[in-house]
Amino acid sequence: MSNPMTPGIAAARLPAETLAQNFADLHAPLDRHEARVAADRCYFCYDAPCVTACPTSIDIPLFIRQISTGTPDAAAKTIFDQNILGGMCARVCPTEDLCEQACVREAAEGKPVEIGRLQRYATDTLMAKQSHPYSRAAPTGKTVAVVGAGPAGLACAHRLAMYGHDVTIFDAQTKPGGLNEFGIAAYKSTDDFAAREVDWLMGIGGITLQTGKALGRDLSLDALAGDFDAVFLAVGLGGVNALQAAGEDKDGVRNAVDFIAELRQASDLTSLPVGRDVVVIGGGMTAVDAAVQSKLLGAQNVTIAYRRSRDAMSASRYEQDLAASHGVRLMFNVQPVAIHGNGSVREVELEYTADTGAGLQGTGETIRLRVDQLFKAIGQTLETGAGLALDGRKIAVTAAGRTSRAGVWAGGDCASGGDDLTVTAVAEGRDAAMDIHAALTA
Amino acid sequence: MADLTTNFLGIKSPNPFWLASAPPTDKEYNVRRAFDAGWGGVVWKTLGSEGPPVVNVNGPRYGAIYGADRRLLGLNNIELITDRPLQTNLDEIKRVKADYPDRAMIVSIMVPCEEQAWKDILPRVQETGADGIELNFGCPHGMSERGMGAAVGQVPEYIEMVTRWCKQYYDKPVIVKLTPNITDIRQPAAAAMRGGADAVSLINTINSITSVNLDTMSPEPSIDGKGSHGGYCGPAVKPIALSMVSEIARHPETRGLAISGIGGVTTWRDAAEYISLGCGNVQVCTAVMTYGFKIVQEMISGLSGWMDEKGYTSVEQVVGRAIPNVTDWKYLNLNYVAKAKINQDDCIKCGRCYAACEDTSHQAIAMSADRTFTVIDAECVACNLCVDVCPVENCITMEAMQPGQVDPRTGKVVQKEYANWTTHPNNPGAVAAE
Repeated sequence: MSNPMTPGIAAARLPAETLAQNFADLHAPLDRHEARVAADRCYFCYDAPCVTACPTSIDIPLFIRQISTGTPDAAAKTIFDQNILGGMCARVCPTEDLCEQACVREAAEGKPVEIGRLQRYATDTLMAKQSHPYSRAAPTGKTVAVVGAGPAGLACAHRLAMYGHDVTIFDAQTKPGGLNEFGIAAYKSTDDFAAREVDWLMGIGGITLQTGKALGRDLSLDALAGDFDAVFLAVGLGGVNALQAAGEDKDGVRNAVDFIAELRQASDLTSLPVGRDVVVIGGGMTAVDAAVQSKLLGAQNVTIAYRRSRDAMSASRYEQDLAASHGVRLMFNVQPVAIHGNGSVREVELEYTADTGAGLQGTGETIRLRVDQLFKAIGQTLETGAGLALDGRKIAVTAAGRTSRAGVWAGGDCASGGDDLTVTAVAEGRDAAMDIHAALTA
Repeated sequence: MADLTTNFLGIKSPNPFWLASAPPTDKEYNVRRAFDAGWGGVVWKTLGSEGPPVVNVNGPRYGAIYGADRRLLGLNNIELITDRPLQTNLDEIKRVKADYPDRAMIVSIMVPCEEQAWKDILPRVQETGADGIELNFGCPHGMSERGMGAAVGQVPEYIEMVTRWCKQYYDKPVIVKLTPNITDIRQPAAAAMRGGADAVSLINTINSITSVNLDTMSPEPSIDGKGSHGGYCGPAVKPIALSMVSEIARHPETRGLAISGIGGVTTWRDAAEYISLGCGNVQVCTAVMTYGFKIVQEMISGLSGWMDEKGYTSVEQVVGRAIPNVTDWKYLNLNYVAKAKINQDDCIKCGRCYAACEDTSHQAIAMSADRTFTVIDAECVACNLCVDVCPVENCITMEAMQPGQVDPRTGKVVQKEYANWTTHPNNPGAVAAE
């Protein structure tokens, strides 16, 4: 067996039991007592700021009051009415930047109501009952194609199915879930939650899933538009940005999203290799997820290298602290200029940067870090716009999700507007479904 | 540290904090530890007549209501008087009093409404060396069904009669404990006074059902599927007790009667409030049943510190200080005008004041797009609801308007002169000012 100091990229740096511990639930679920205590702290604010801060506008004070009065099932229904993926959002939402940041008790005491964990308590309670809480309206005879079984696609499909439309979801992967299944740190979605959530969601009926079908490869927008009454595109961002640093092709250089996906799908964590010296280039949640998980797999030294200042980092302060608490080194104002090594990466050369007011500039001073595994986490790009009008690098959509082509809607990360968050994708999918429903029944 | 020594009816105790007659004072083991913890006095759990003791239920005796975080706000009990043999209690009382001569030891008694019953027990109590007796005319459950406790306390003539017997057959102070389960507390207090009582203590517990079990449809606490009303106490009853105490303290017939205040005393502040309304001391029960004997330390340090801060050197100086300010509604100054004021620095923007004012009161709070809440003086009637629902203490205050200012709600100039309903033009029975 290897250990954290084993040179190069190696599997089984830590014993299986340690790995199991490391990848256990980041936030253990609240038990009934903990939930009641946490719920008691909610002030039931008027026009509550937490609701405004939630992209899906969940009625948070109401669901917390329902928990505190001993009706977690009703609380879950309040959540799911707005956000059918409320279970996953309870796990992965950056609540510290959303509802909990807006909580008045954050202003009052620096300690917000634990909205995320309470949401998980409620949704877990209802989902454990194994029955789907919604039923379908009478069939409309209308059909809708949803491309992409990630949060946006699933939310859209569920809402459409609820209104009585027949939905077919196509997904390029072998199983549904999108980033919920492949793109989130393992300790945020344990026990195969993403897959269980999809199964539960599909329990409403009226949704058919076809996997292994990618837009542009197996599917064309024209064909879909011809075969279905409406199309919703939620294909995400399949491409990965390049570093534009010399030596990017060396062995040991990898996309962070691939590493994260592999880790999520691994049945045996001891079989998953990781470097002794890991450097992650980037400053978002993907960078943090890759860095922390490298550390948890047993990498000895892990560094996040971000080209701008800490304030500009898109990973929340909470995520930064999470990384730091796991022993990840955070470097700011450094950008990769060269990757050195003979075949395999051995060193990354970083140049210090400064914001001159006229943009970010290299200072000329460089530093070399030892590295045998380098993860690129500098953002993803849209793979195909399917001939639709773009807004910047994403599919242009209206507030209701309408694209430039009649009968085609889009949402989630592939579409313009909103942050690239699970909860935002859910909101966009849901809202597009409402608009599609309105269009189909007009 | 202000001296908390209290002289109540000639009974001295190192502080005004006594334990009420209740489960914590049922036996020597407890009372010794209570005195060791610092309690100034104890009213021993109520004794009954010689003979087989009463029996208690063998299921739950207590039920509770809670505030946030399951903080106990109200407690209900269906326990009866002591269920231990009379002589056992008397022996223990005698031993404890001998070992703690500086503490007040009062014996609570409840025997049938017959002169002989009282004549029998009083000499035996006298023999213990206890400092006085308290007549339990308050217990609202169980014993009242047998013509004792609240059944006596609800009939002023009985109170007077039994009190007289006690004064006749017992030399030391007699305190009459009153039930709040009546319409006018002044009547039983006056009856006790006529009977020669040295003091009244109040309130005993209030008839209550704390909750209903929605699965079994039984009131709680439930004994094999059935429930009976119990006696309610704890922080929730304090306002009721304070009002009753004040009524006795300012009623012409009972004014000056010594009062031992009981009902939800949980902190030093509660005690100070009772004392300010005319109580010579307070009795505590639920707080001890919830937190244990140790809380008396906070009560002692808190009351003493507050007295230092205010310059009071004895508890006596505080007794009744608030009484002159308790009046009837008709005498409240209608020329006093206040407006709510929200301190924006303290505001956490929860909007509870807005919801309360908008849905209940006078739509006198404005809410801006950025959640700044401000009072609309032209609508504000100073009802205080916003203050009451605000989670941040002193964030919203009631600011008095100064004479000469114009109240934007009424358009009238605020008058300096006091004027009340008795002379108000809208009052058909108004008496013209002479």
